[in-house]
Amino acid sequence: MKIHEYQAKELFRRYAIPVPEGGVAATLDEALAVADTLPGYPLVIKAQIHAGGRGRAGGVKFAANRDELQRRACKILGMTLVTPQTGPEGRLVQRVLVEQAADIGRELYLSLLTDRATASIVIMAGSAGGMDIEKTAATMPDKFIKVQVNPLQGLQPHHIRQVLFGLGIPPDTMKQWPALLAALYRLFVENDCLLVEINPLIITGAGSPLAVDAKIELDDNALFRHADLLTYRDLHEEDPLETRAREYNLNYIRLSGNVGVMVNGAGLAMATMDIIKKAGAEPANFLDVGGGTTAEMVEKGFAIILSDQNVTGILVNIFGGILRCDVLARGIVEAANKCGISVPLLIRMEGTNVEQGRKILADSGLPLITAVDLADAAAKVAEMVA
Amino acid sequence: MSIFVDQSTRLIVQGITGREGRFHTRQCLDYGTKIVAGVTPGKGGTEVSGIPVFNTVREAVARTEANTSMIFVPPAFAADAICEAADAGVQLIICITEGIPLLDVLKVKHYLTLTQTRLIGPNCPGIISPGLCKAGIMPGAIHLPGGSIGVVSRSGTLTYEVVHQLTRQGIGQTTCIGIGGDPVAGTSFIDCLAAFERDAATRGMVMVGEIGGSAEEDAAVYVQQNVTKPVVGFVAGLTAPPGRRMGHAGAIVSGGSGTAQGKIAAMRAGGLHVCEDLGRLGEFCKEIFSQT
Repeated sequence: MKIHEYQAKELFRRYAIPVPEGGVAATLDEALAVADTLPGYPLVIKAQIHAGGRGRAGGVKFAANRDELQRRACKILGMTLVTPQTGPEGRLVQRVLVEQAADIGRELYLSLLTDRATASIVIMAGSAGGMDIEKTAATMPDKFIKVQVNPLQGLQPHHIRQVLFGLGIPPDTMKQWPALLAALYRLFVENDCLLVEINPLIITGAGSPLAVDAKIELDDNALFRHADLLTYRDLHEEDPLETRAREYNLNYIRLSGNVGVMVNGAGLAMATMDIIKKAGAEPANFLDVGGGTTAEMVEKGFAIILSDQNVTGILVNIFGGILRCDVLARGIVEAANKCGISVPLLIRMEGTNVEQGRKILADSGLPLITAVDLADAAAKVAEMVA
Repeated sequence: MSIFVDQSTRLIVQGITGREGRFHTRQCLDYGTKIVAGVTPGKGGTEVSGIPVFNTVREAVARTEANTSMIFVPPAFAADAICEAADAGVQLIICITEGIPLLDVLKVKHYLTLTQTRLIGPNCPGIISPGLCKAGIMPGAIHLPGGSIGVVSRSGTLTYEVVHQLTRQGIGQTTCIGIGGDPVAGTSFIDCLAAFERDAATRGMVMVGEIGGSAEEDAAVYVQQNVTKPVVGFVAGLTAPPGRRMGHAGAIVSGGSGTAQGKIAAMRAGGLHVCEDLGRLGEFCKEIFSQT
């Protein structure tokens, strides 16, 4: 689960990680109220959306005085921000963070993340922070220090030394850093983060570190032990169909194509999407109804898929293992009758009791297209959309 | 012959009294797996399908000489269950549980390096050596015993699809392993390919990958340097959008890495026989494996 910058900074404050003074605002009045509590201008106004690249897209603006704040906050609030990470449809800005502009001496990059290959927590630090960090990382990898921390042992003094000497922090200002890194590490593990990123982490004119930005991604699998963090979920940042699917315990991701997909199992679902593409069409979604699908789940899956107006056909691909094909077929027939499926429905079923399942589908009188295997399904998808 | 599980496997089921544990215990018993004990704290002294239930893994191992454990414990308690089994001297742990917090898995992975225990999973369908032992949730009937092909995959039903196609082509399997869909797995593609390479009965392998991470790329390099048997490769997720977790916690393309295209290219470079058409994977394997 991603959270907003202002929420991440709230967590930072809880761990005494220095962040600029400021507050979040959903309206212009609120933005002005926040500004009035701060010592003075210039301030910075930052659009709060779950995507990077805000600066270049016009979602981050400075304000030298109250008048400028009013004009710029007004413009950002309610704008649809399009960045390389939002996709072409962009994201509606519903909140801005108003904070004290920082006195930037140096810009650094600092992040903690989990490393799959080594099963460890990795600290990434860069002496060149700021915008276009992905590009810098790709073109100048020597500008980054990567320190692996064994999760059983945790952060050790030598890890901290590697980061600080690697970043070239002047020895006379090093004192504040060990506590900062230790706090970040504690924040990471205590909240089950997948990523904590500060870009830029600046050194102020006075020589102190300050987290000007904050990005946190939390582990969905660990949210059960962080009830407090659940309040950070922002449904406005999610596709409404995906939110609805999650309530049904369905794994659904909306895509831009027109062939709806329903599959049991994530790997087979991805492979089925690929088959659709190969057949010359585009998948409208990813939908994994789970390994132990029930008739009810199938029905809810259809309802979700059909809520997408782009869908002009549906491919159901179920490999019945524990779930018997006859049970599934009954589910499909019931769902088709209830939902009133108005688009062609192509069904490929395999596995336990497949013959009985096929008979139920054939006897249903529904206008179903059936495929005997995946190769057949691919050919019929092409026909269906032609 | 087979790898990791066979007729000498003496299995315990942790979480045997839960709905899933109960159901799959029955299924595995019906397949012929030697399940010798179950473990559920507080349910010691009871039975499930005639199998004695103990309060601790240590007690179950002491009484039944179990050497393998299959775990259905809920995600919040699964990491503890894995470590309990390792501490009790269980040599092979198969963790079916999906949804374990990643930091728990990281710690478990490092903890197990201090032991002799192998972990398969988590978030996996388990392992089957057809005709000998099924320690997992896969449908046993789609497998063909007495074969010579090993299958290793990050997925569940996609593996069933692959195995089913192999069986329909008359290609039997030595062992089929689902290593799991999480970002970090106890057993890697490389571990399995190395074991298949050593296994005299295995003449070729099928490796089924998906987007996310670099396990397929790493395995491709390993194959090039260490594997003499033919390996067929398949990768799911060519159409997956970047930055989204595709059902599996580990199936995500991030920052341009972990793409299906990249994995397919790496497999080709490593000398794997890549099949891009899942519908014809069985025929493709027949062609490749009959040449050798």
